Amino acid sequence: MKPLLEVRDVSLSYHTPSGETAALSHISFDLMPGEFLAVVGPSGCGKSTLLNVICGLLAPEQGSVLMNGTSVSRGDPRMGYMLQKDHLLEWRTIYKNVLLGLEVRRELTPEKLSYIEKMLHTYGLDKFRSARPSQLSGGMRQRAALIRTLALKPELLLLDEPFSALDYQTRLNVSDDIGKILKKENKPAILVTHDISEAISMADRVIILTKRPASVAKIVSIHLDIENRTPLSSRNAPDFKSYFNLIWKELNQYA
Amino acid sequence: MPDLSSAQTKYLSRLKREKYFVNISRLVLFAGFLALWEVSARIGWIDSFIFSSPSAIGLNFLDMCRNQSLFTHIGITLTETLLSFFFVVILGIGTAVLLWMFPKLAKILEPYLVVLNSLPKSALAPLLIVWLGANVRTIIVAGMSVAIFGSVINLYTGFQDADPDKRKLIATLGGNKKDELTKIVLPSSVPLILSIMKVNIGLCLVGVIIGEFIGARQGLGYLIIYSSQTFKLTTVLMAILVLCIIAMGLYSILNLIEKRYTKQR
Repeated sequence: MKPLLEVRDVSLSYHTPSGETAALSHISFDLMPGEFLAVVGPSGCGKSTLLNVICGLLAPEQGSVLMNGTSVSRGDPRMGYMLQKDHLLEWRTIYKNVLLGLEVRRELTPEKLSYIEKMLHTYGLDKFRSARPSQLSGGMRQRAALIRTLALKPELLLLDEPFSALDYQTRLNVSDDIGKILKKENKPAILVTHDISEAISMADRVIILTKRPASVAKIVSIHLDIENRTPLSSRNAPDFKSYFNLIWKELNQYA
Repeated sequence: MPDLSSAQTKYLSRLKREKYFVNISRLVLFAGFLALWEVSARIGWIDSFIFSSPSAIGLNFLDMCRNQSLFTHIGITLTETLLSFFFVVILGIGTAVLLWMFPKLAKILEPYLVVLNSLPKSALAPLLIVWLGANVRTIIVAGMSVAIFGSVINLYTGFQDADPDKRKLIATLGGNKKDELTKIVLPSSVPLILSIMKVNIGLCLVGVIIGEFIGARQGLGYLIIYSSQTFKLTTVLMAILVLCIIAMGLYSILNLIEKRYTKQR
């Protein structure tokens, strides 16, 4: 099977008048169709930078990122991006927030609009369509943000610590929620997180990065022996703890 | 309404009494000042030719209302102020948008804007008269000159403060800089724009009065300067009072618009 995304030998440095900081160093990995990848690493190691390179917002100084064999462009329509916070705009209703991506891409077609209707309905946001973001719970806000991203029908989702702003309990529920939605919509994804449990609970493979400049330390395939795996049920799998210890040990070398 | 505890009732009534006291004190202060002024003028403690008196000012006001000349002056000044305010809003936002779209241009122009802003604008008025002539256009430009540079600087700074993550959101959705402007920067700057405009309306009035001092045949600024040169100090004081009321009125209108907007949000 051909990979959906190929990250090939990517390196990047930040430049400031006081000097140069290497952020990424020779990073390579593949993502297969339908696969969920998690990227963990010490904080400040360059995880978000990596996502910015993958979605084309930053151009690598060396190496390349290919999707289905062609290089990615700035704001590549094949990719959806979820940021650390939901960033719903307070001056828009939930419905108008969800439309933002289509407005920006000038794609307010009847077909896309009916797709949004379907998702609003499926994910229980129908009755909040004219509400302001501040009237919604943290979980509902994340759902709205996800629908805003999915409305563009991306082939790959990039999740930049999308649950980190939530309190612990909401976070478990929301990651379970989002994980199920992505599975249902059959979307491959790359999740960047500093939370090892979250990575194991959601991903098919976990990429461990070294400290800055980030390079790939190890890639761990996750095989949890449970039926109908969801992010929440994964946490009860017998092997969960040993994966946790494995990744913990690996990460601790770079702490 | 639920039953209030006695402590809460006490607290509320104390709050009410305090408010009442402040309002009454303000009124008493004002009335006392007017009374003292009137009495001192009548019994000769102060020279009523120079300092006038509340009753003389009142009569003068009624007189000028009756022959309608006051309304002409007010109308002219108000029109000029509103026009220069309108142009400041358009030009201020337009220039700030331009600077935001082209950061290099902003960097180049920054020191010039700072100098123009710190310049005492009244110093420009005599030049404007010579350059543009003694007409309404000059006075509108004088009004604008007081407010425009500060608004551009403040608006541009505000635009730059727009949440970088929200701008990134637009980029990840495939938007360009224009989308960032129309979807994020401008909508999030509405409260800032309103509060800057609240200050600007007063500044425009100041600029218009400066302009009228030098190059006008009508308007409250002209009335003040003409009356002072002919030693009609009662009229000068009356015009100043009318100006106070206009300034307060304009500010309240914008304040109301701002409150409406915040409430809506």
